[in-house]
Amino acid sequence: MKIIGVSHQPLLRKLVLICLGMFLFGFALVPLYDVFCDLTGLNGKTANTAAAPSTSIDEQRLIKIEFVANHDDSIPWRFAPEIPSIEVNPGAVNIVNFNVKNLTGNAMVGRAVPSVSPGAAARYFKKIECFCFVEQPLDAYGEKSMPVQFYVVPQLPAEYSTITLSYRLYKSQAQTAGR
Amino acid sequence: MSQELHNLVAHDLEPHADHAEKPKGVTRWLYTTNHKDIGTLYLVFSLIMLFTGGSMAMVIRAELFQPGLQFVDPHFFNQMTTVHGLVMVFGAIMPAFVGLANWMVPLMIGAPDMAFPRMNNWSFWLLPCAFLILLSTLFMEGGGPAAGWTFYAPLSTTYSNDSTAFFVFAVHIMGISSIMGAMNIIVTIFNLRAPGMTWMKLPLFVWTWLITAFLLIAVMPVLAGVVTMVLTDKYFGTSFFNAAGGGDPVMFQHIFWFFGHPEVYIMILPAFGIISSIIPAFARKPLFGYESMVIATASIAFLSFIVWAHHMFTTGMPVAAELFFMYTTMLIAVPTGVKVFNWVATMWRGAMTFETPMMFAIAFIVLFTLGGFSGLMLAITPADFQYQDTYFVVAHFHYVLVTGALFGIIAGVYFWIPKWSGVMYSERLGKIHFWCSVISVNMLFFPMHFVGLAGMPRRIPDYALQFADLNAFISIGGFLFGLSQLLFVTVVVRCMAGKGIKASDRVWEGAKGLEWSIPSPAPYHSFQTPPEITETR
Amino acid sequence: MKRYRSLLHRSSFMSAPHFDKYDAAPRQLAHTFSYVTPILLARIGLLLGFGWCLRAAADPSLNATYNMTRGVTELSHKVYNLHMTIFYICCAIGVIVFSLMFWTIIHHRKTRGKTPAQFHGSLKIEIIWTAIPVLILIAMAIPASKTLIAMEDTSRADMTVLITGSQWKWHYKYLEYPIEFYSLLATPRDQIENTSAKTELYLREVDKPLVLPTGKKIRFLVTAEDVIHSWWVPAFAIKKDANPGFINETWAKIDEPGTYHGQCAELCGKDHAFMPIVVEVKPPEDFDAWVNEQIALMERTKAEEAARGEMTMDELLALGQKTYESRCAVCHQTTGVGLPGAFPALKGSAMVTTDKAAHIHIVLFGKSGTAMQAFGKQLSASELAAVITYERNAWGNNTGELVQVNEINQMLSGELQ
Repeated sequence: MKIIGVSHQPLLRKLVLICLGMFLFGFALVPLYDVFCDLTGLNGKTANTAAAPSTSIDEQRLIKIEFVANHDDSIPWRFAPEIPSIEVNPGAVNIVNFNVKNLTGNAMVGRAVPSVSPGAAARYFKKIECFCFVEQPLDAYGEKSMPVQFYVVPQLPAEYSTITLSYRLYKSQAQTAGR
Repeated sequence: MSQELHNLVAHDLEPHADHAEKPKGVTRWLYTTNHKDIGTLYLVFSLIMLFTGGSMAMVIRAELFQPGLQFVDPHFFNQMTTVHGLVMVFGAIMPAFVGLANWMVPLMIGAPDMAFPRMNNWSFWLLPCAFLILLSTLFMEGGGPAAGWTFYAPLSTTYSNDSTAFFVFAVHIMGISSIMGAMNIIVTIFNLRAPGMTWMKLPLFVWTWLITAFLLIAVMPVLAGVVTMVLTDKYFGTSFFNAAGGGDPVMFQHIFWFFGHPEVYIMILPAFGIISSIIPAFARKPLFGYESMVIATASIAFLSFIVWAHHMFTTGMPVAAELFFMYTTMLIAVPTGVKVFNWVATMWRGAMTFETPMMFAIAFIVLFTLGGFSGLMLAITPADFQYQDTYFVVAHFHYVLVTGALFGIIAGVYFWIPKWSGVMYSERLGKIHFWCSVISVNMLFFPMHFVGLAGMPRRIPDYALQFADLNAFISIGGFLFGLSQLLFVTVVVRCMAGKGIKASDRVWEGAKGLEWSIPSPAPYHSFQTPPEITETR
Repeated sequence: MKRYRSLLHRSSFMSAPHFDKYDAAPRQLAHTFSYVTPILLARIGLLLGFGWCLRAAADPSLNATYNMTRGVTELSHKVYNLHMTIFYICCAIGVIVFSLMFWTIIHHRKTRGKTPAQFHGSLKIEIIWTAIPVLILIAMAIPASKTLIAMEDTSRADMTVLITGSQWKWHYKYLEYPIEFYSLLATPRDQIENTSAKTELYLREVDKPLVLPTGKKIRFLVTAEDVIHSWWVPAFAIKKDANPGFINETWAKIDEPGTYHGQCAELCGKDHAFMPIVVEVKPPEDFDAWVNEQIALMERTKAEEAARGEMTMDELLALGQKTYESRCAVCHQTTGVGLPGAFPALKGSAMVTTDKAAHIHIVLFGKSGTAMQAFGKQLSASELAAVITYERNAWGNNTGELVQVNEINQMLSGELQ
């Protein structure tokens, strides 16, 4: 029953558009969240692309880099850094290895996800080469060494003296048991 | 003018037109497009859901009566807390407000019905379907959803059982119902106001519902999005919230609370509107600061979009974000406080009488303000680290939702039921219901502040011995509160059965507004021709 | 009494109202009593409640039951003060607003006979009562911001502990020392199930507490294995979510030695209520002594296990039953029947009665995508050998098979068999 002369369609159309827009916005929050984290380095996400080597080294400052390695229950591998921590000068490039060993009789593929703490320091932590998100296949009882080549940007604010690089190893989602 | 419309209008001008037209039987309720019938359906449904969610609360309180596990296993307890929350939020509070809107908004603006009467019918009937699906999961193998009504990932994705699919489906259906309802309300208010019913003459209940409806269409789709992401993460291999695949469990919380915070304002703004209708009527005085009340409501709605992460202070956010959300959350206390002051100023130098609706409205003002105070304390981030996920939070939201939203709904029912049913409710029963409820609700929720401060986390079926005494007291309050609501059912059923003194048109001496210019009970079809706007709100 | 009762009956408190009779003569005092008395009592009750809260804050024993703890760090004191300050502010606002309400309820009622005023609003008043709260909030926000910034500054720590939450226990690893261990609820199951009396530390005790020194800035790295947990110790005013796949940081510098209790503060599944935190804080010398003790203990245990050789069936069954009751029964039940739809039965199961290699594998490495965890890193090799032996022989399974420590070690180290 409508009052003569008033059509509900224009307003209804606008409301439906708002509704659809907000639904898409909900999904858009996903990449937006990543963009925000990338821009600000929040949430400890480091850049996934390799960084260019640095040019200057700050000899006056020492930053402690700690290494933490965890693995998910789904991937029964031994996973540990070769050293628990290292003191570096900002700007100097260092390499640290993470060792993995497949403890089972099945060939498996693993994938390591990095996290840097404090989150706000993450964008000052540049990785030139790393095994993040790259598939790591291992034969039954196989082992290997995975390097991380990194440096700390000299512009790291003065309040940071320790940065923790943590990896969590998962079974690769799209893995096949061959090789 | 269309033939159909012409016939209907002509028909209604005949005497006893409503008796001839009113359908009967079960099909009346299944097929109705009448806003009054649909309002009644929503209200009856929400009352049933109140008792359903309430019985789950009784299971929770029974288990928490003493330390140790006496009645249920922890997994079932988690299902109880989860489904209690979902049923109360989506099954009791929200549909009750929609029911009140359906009944009162067309009457308040002088419209013959809602803008989309058939969509209105679908909006309602989707709800029983959705809740049948949700509640049936409790009987499935593995049980129902058990990750809390906030269903954080990955507990709700990787570590949940298969009820997740049904839960997601039910939430989608509830969301569609809410969105359709909200659109109906907006178009009704925009397009169907009687000539002369200008924006600044609208009763505050209409304003608050208008703003609530906009909040609904803004955030229910986001809930639909996040719940779909949970579904795909669990069943279709996506990694929105799974670190292994490059996702982030904290992102779930951001998206959920972007919906979740406006949602809690959706659940309170209509109550503000009800209180703003009741206080002036019983104080026999106009609402103090009408324009400022409208602006305050709009400010609350706007601010509600930029406070969401105050639910996430402990997740490891950077300091700048924590500070931002602390400031905006503290800020939202200001317009809320302004509303409370305006209500008190409305009472000031009035000539008040204290019938049941007024009693509930006064209790709302006092107790909702208490909930607001604990909310302000929660806003202080460093202190929040000690309150988060404890019973202090449980106390806060139950004060604002039970003594806030629910008391507002109950007040509205007492206020308007003479108009709906044509008879006065029993004032004696109403008063007894009031006092039993107020005393028991405070027994139930006030001590929760203390156990929370003393260190008791939420969502636990068992606790250390130092919390035992207070928990026993709380549980007793809970049972008393549940029993008290049986009085309310009695009051409502008696009115629906026509038992009581006949109500006049105006019902309440100080009541003003178009809804009081029609007979009680309200005719099946009202304002077929637009009324003349004579009195201001 | 009789007069009061008759007054009460004549008041509309207890009888049906006559709504069209308000224009009649002013009501009796009865109405005042019938409405005022309960409201008065309610108001007095509220004020008493506030007053009692204030008293509780001052009295330590009451404080522990009803209020937040002051804690044992400088920041926890600041947090407590912020909490009390905002509480007092809320009390003050509450007293003012509710007193005005109470006054108006008594004096501005219809039965007093005056006509109601008809004022609509006042811009001046609205501005005042908007501005004053804003100023109060700004005043609160300043100390709150300072404290928050201090709480989130984890730089220049003296030591670091990596805390990992999992269903349903905590794991602590000292980054500066070769010490790491799981910390599980130590309250026996029968206390929870009400078959024996609850002790004082019910649900607040763990088998191995976290041990920390006083006076040092301790950095905590917090993460999780599976779902989100949250590490909360009220005495330090620390609560930090443990997010799987991500690391959070927080810190504390503890002033007083003692034992402090905390709990998991994020719903993490079935046993969320059963993963407490216990921190023992010692003076630095005692802490160093503890560190050395732990390292020595680890060496000794390793040597003992190596020297033990093979265990007899009886030894395996005894240790196995003990381990089963404390770690496996919570899901698979003491009777081994599990929970249909959730946790499989071990009694009569194909894997447990026939496939020994698969059985060992699943206990050591868990089953991905289910609630079955990898116990290989949680239990000692002897416990693992014993519990698998027990499962293969209990409840009528009777395979007669034994599992020895060296089998477990081979599986765990990934040596080819």
